[in-house]
Parts: sequence; structure tokens; C-alpha cells
Amino acid sequence: MTAGVGAQENQPPGLSGGTPVVPQVVRRRWRPQPKASWLTQSLFYVLLTGVSILFIYPFIWLLSAAFKPRGDTFDNALIPHDWAWNFTGPHLADPAPQYLFNVAPAARWLFNSVWISFLGATLTMFVSAMIAFAFAYFRFPLKNFLFAILLGTMMLPGEVTMIPVYLLWNTIGKFTLAHSWLPHIGTNTQYPLWVPNAFGSAFYIFLMRQFFLGIPRDYFEAARIDGDGYFSMFRRIALPLAKPALIVVFIFEVQAKWFDLMTPLIYLRDQATWTVPLGLKFLLDRFNLAGGGVPNYQVIMAGTLLLVLPMVLLFAAFQKYFIRGIATQGTKG
Amino acid sequence: MASVTAGTTAPGPSRARRWLAGFREKEARTAYLFIVPWIFGFLVLTLGPMIYSAYYSFTNYGVSQIAGIDPVKTVGLKNYRQLFHDHYIGLALKNTFEYGLMMVPARIIVALLLAMMLMKIGERAGGFFRTIFYIPHITPPVAIGVLVLTLFNGGYGIVNKALAHIGITGPYWTITPGWIKPTLAIMDVWACGGTMVILLAALYGVPRHLYEAASMDGASKVRQFFNVTLPMISPALFFCFIILTLAALNQFTVAYTSFFGTQTGGNGPDAALFYAIYLFEQAFKFFNMGFASAMAWLLFAISMVVTGINIFVTKRFVFYQGAERS
Repeated sequence: MTAGVGAQENQPPGLSGGTPVVPQVVRRRWRPQPKASWLTQSLFYVLLTGVSILFIYPFIWLLSAAFKPRGDTFDNALIPHDWAWNFTGPHLADPAPQYLFNVAPAARWLFNSVWISFLGATLTMFVSAMIAFAFAYFRFPLKNFLFAILLGTMMLPGEVTMIPVYLLWNTIGKFTLAHSWLPHIGTNTQYPLWVPNAFGSAFYIFLMRQFFLGIPRDYFEAARIDGDGYFSMFRRIALPLAKPALIVVFIFEVQAKWFDLMTPLIYLRDQATWTVPLGLKFLLDRFNLAGGGVPNYQVIMAGTLLLVLPMVLLFAAFQKYFIRGIATQGTKG
Repeated sequence: MASVTAGTTAPGPSRARRWLAGFREKEARTAYLFIVPWIFGFLVLTLGPMIYSAYYSFTNYGVSQIAGIDPVKTVGLKNYRQLFHDHYIGLALKNTFEYGLMMVPARIIVALLLAMMLMKIGERAGGFFRTIFYIPHITPPVAIGVLVLTLFNGGYGIVNKALAHIGITGPYWTITPGWIKPTLAIMDVWACGGTMVILLAALYGVPRHLYEAASMDGASKVRQFFNVTLPMISPALFFCFIILTLAALNQFTVAYTSFFGTQTGGNGPDAALFYAIYLFEQAFKFFNMGFASAMAWLLFAISMVVTGINIFVTKRFVFYQGAERS
């Protein structure tokens, strides 16, 4: 194990609320580092500023391109010469410039993406926490065997199970369509996108188990002496203490869902059911130069902004957790 | 559980019986209640599909079998033999490896350089730059695909405009076959923030007294880097290496967004045909489920071999604190 930002550091001091601070869960301060001379430092500042500009430039370019009229996308001006609102407007036939929300049900896509991300992330967060708690705290036969299997499933590429799982959903879909009293569940519905989250995810279970192992057993023994059942112990002690880890899992899963193109591509046919990544892929294919007719790059750029901006806002709100979560991964050894 | 029952001569319940009795404990029953979602998910969404996938890879499972028109027939090793005869497989593997060889080292080196610079400029400014460098990492891959096509557009893109300023005629990044994979790798380097944060955390974990001891022994900065920093952060480097290698093997979204789909009539450039894309097309465009399953198992085998090599290398070079160096 490396020394460094361990799982324990996921617990910032202020976040444990009314619960007592767990002894092990103390945030280690980052060690002050030997500082370089002022010459090297200013050289680094210049270099880092240069790299920062390179790293941020695409975002500013995108933001500006989303508000340029048709034909101006590739003038590459940082501030548009002419401003244009490319999101809504009157319906005009094809030679006229198009508007994002007119050419596609983009509002539906946004709603679908938000809904699926939050539902999937919430489900996987609670279920993974429950499973992780069982692996961390309870003693039961076959525990190590099952946990080894769980770790093993992390090695399996998704491509192996992708096809049979698709065929399974296909079969479920045929079955539910044949029985009209059942709701339609299967391919071409959104269920395949979030239902698997209800069964937990190996990586998150592993992450949360590490966190729970850092909480002293005495806490739970004390709760049991107070007459708590196993589930209320989990709900009253484990969950509140694990809040930072829960947030990390939630954010990771929202991000994974928001990024995912392949699953919607496999399962969704009707435009109204699409998510933003799949919708943007459609916009790109339809309105770029290869799409035929006059390209409407301003629609593509508006759609890209629609996909990028929510993640940036989420990052702005939960920056600490994004970075802590990622930093924790590497120190698992 | 034969080994458990053997050798129990002591009176009282046998070990097997006691082991079985373990299931009847309240704690065990509660535990199984807690993990039953995972067990169900594992059986239905992992183990079952694995068995089916293995079975399909030996059959002619295709579009007429899904529709129920033709019966499913086992075809022996035909799909696996086809892996060697289909020249797109070789092409896709070559593309994927080439891309991985560019992307993984470039991303780790750039991330390490950035992290080391951040270490030297103090906590406050370092935190600011760290946030800036992390932001590209949260760009959805489909958006990166769009940026590939627009920023790196050969005729109008900003990259070639900028290069023209310093007197370089930029190539047609997204059209010239030789430049497609480097372009994707450049975008991956741009999104190196995650790798950088992991390495930064590892760098902060290196105890300062090691540097002090090294400099007292007269070690130069370069020597300190190779003899103190690198060994101390090698577990994190190793972790990044495995994660990025697997990511390169599974590269799909960015390349698919930029070069495949209906825009190209379904036929993307050969230079952008990555293994995961070819697998996806075989499975969900041509519905050659049998062949695609065989492809998936080949990918699994390759991932295993790559990870195995990584672990072998780790044993020699990675230094875990507190463990004896072998």
C-alpha cells in the first residue's frame, strides 16, 4: 500500500454531521513540499499557464461556436462576430439555418439523460453500499469465495456479456409485448439502461467496502447493544458515516451514464427515447458536411454544449469529490 | 466440500454440518439478504451471459436465428477459425495496438510532468491548476468526437490555423489515414486530468525525508527522480498503466462518433477501425452474434494476457511500501 491519500481521506472533518468523528477517519494534511527556487517556479508558472490555455481553449471555442450563426463556426473567432441563438426559433424549410430544438427532440433527450443518470446512480449507490456493508461487516459462509468472484467480474470486458444481455432484453421485450397486460419492457425502452444498476456494481462495491472497513467495529457493536437490528445499524451508522464515499459513487455513476453512447446505441430506436450522447451523434451525422445539403454546424455545436455544460456544472458543484474520488482509486495499490 | 468432511473423527456435528449450520445463523441470513441483489445480478447479467456467449461463439447465431426463422446450429470452431481469416480482425487489432502504444505512454508522461510541476509551485496555485487540468477529463467522449472533427478539421480547423501561424502546414488530421490515430491520442492527452490527479496523490505521498536523505548523500535531482520518486509512485503508475491499457483496448465512443455511423454510409476509414468498433458492427449492424461472441472472447483473452504481462512486470519493478523488494 502506498502512503498518501487513502480511502480514509474521503472523510472531510466537517461532513460527519452529528455523528462522532471516527478515530481512523482523520484527514491527513498534505505534506508541504520542498519548494523550488523562484526562477524555476516562475518558469513553471509560465509553462503551466500555457498548458492551461491549451486545455481550456476547446471549451471557450465550443461555447463561442454554439452562439455563432451558420457558416461562422469555422471562423474560429473567440468572440462571435455576429451572435446567434441556435437553440429555438421559427420552423423554416431546409435552406434556412436550423435551430436545435426544432430539428430534434433535444429537450426530451436532456430530460431522458438526466432522469436515467440520476435514477441509475441513486440505485447503484444504495444497493452497492448495502452489498459492500455485508462484505465488510458480516461473517457468513462463502464470504471470501463470493468476494473473490466479485473482484473477478471486474476483469471481464463488457463486450463478453453485451450480446447475451441484449438477447435477454429482446426476449423480455417479445414476452411483454405478447402479454398486453404487462408494461412494455425490453429493447427499444429505457429499462436496459438503468435496471442493471439495481444489482450493484463490482467496482463501487469494492470501493465502499474499503471505506466501511475503515469504520471501527465498536460503533456497530454499540448500536447492537442499543438494540438496533442489522438493517437499522446499516441505515443509522454506516450510511451517514459513508456519505463522502456515497457521493463519490453517485458522481462516478452519473458521469458514466452521461458519457455512455454504446448502450443507448444498442437498445434505443425511437428518437423520443434517446439520451443526449446518442442524440448528438445523430445531429453530427445529419448536419455535418457528410450529412448532405448545406451543413448546419451551429446546430451540432449547440447540441455539444448541451452535452458538455451539465457535466461542467456538476463538476463545479462537486469538484472536491470528483478529484478525491479519482485520487483514491490510484492508492488502492 | 469433500475435503471439509474428510478427517473429522471428533464427536459432535461434522465440520460440513457445522459449516451448513453457518447458513442458519441470523447474521448469515441477514448478510445474504443484503447481497442478494448482487447474486441475482451476477447470475442473470454476468454468469448466465458468459455461458451463453461461450455457447453462441460455437454457433451460427445470426439475424435469422434471432427472428426464429432458422434453427440455431453449432458450427464447431468455425467462428474462431474465421478470426484468423477475416483480415479486418488483423487490421482492427493492429489499429488498436498502435493507438494504445501512442496513447498510454503519451498520457502517462504528460500527466506525470504536469503533476510534478504542480508539486513544485505550492498548494494554493497547484490546486487552481489542478482544477483547470482536470476539466477536460469530464468532457463526454461524444463531445470529444465532435471536437476531433471540428478543431482538427484539415481545411478550417483551429489547429491547422494555429500551426500555419508558426509556418507549419498541418496535415488533414481526420482524413489522412496515418494521422487519425495520433489525432485521437492527442485528444486523450488533452483529457489526461484523471491520470494526473492519481499521480499527484501518489507524489504527495512520497515522504519528504527520503529526498532529504538522498540529497545529503549527494544525489542529483535527476537521480532523486529515478531512485526515489519513480520507485515510490510505481504502484500508482502501474495502476494507471493497466487502466489506460484496458481503456485503449476498449476504445469505442470517440472513434465511433468521429468516423462511423450514418454519416459515412456505415463504412468508416480503415485507419479508425478499432477492435471494439468492429465487434459492435458485427454484433449490432450485421447481427453476426456467433462471430461477435468469438471476437469478444478473443478480446477477453487479450485483456488477460496484457494484464498478466503487467503483473509480471510489476513483480520486478513496482515497489510497495512496507513490502520486501524481491
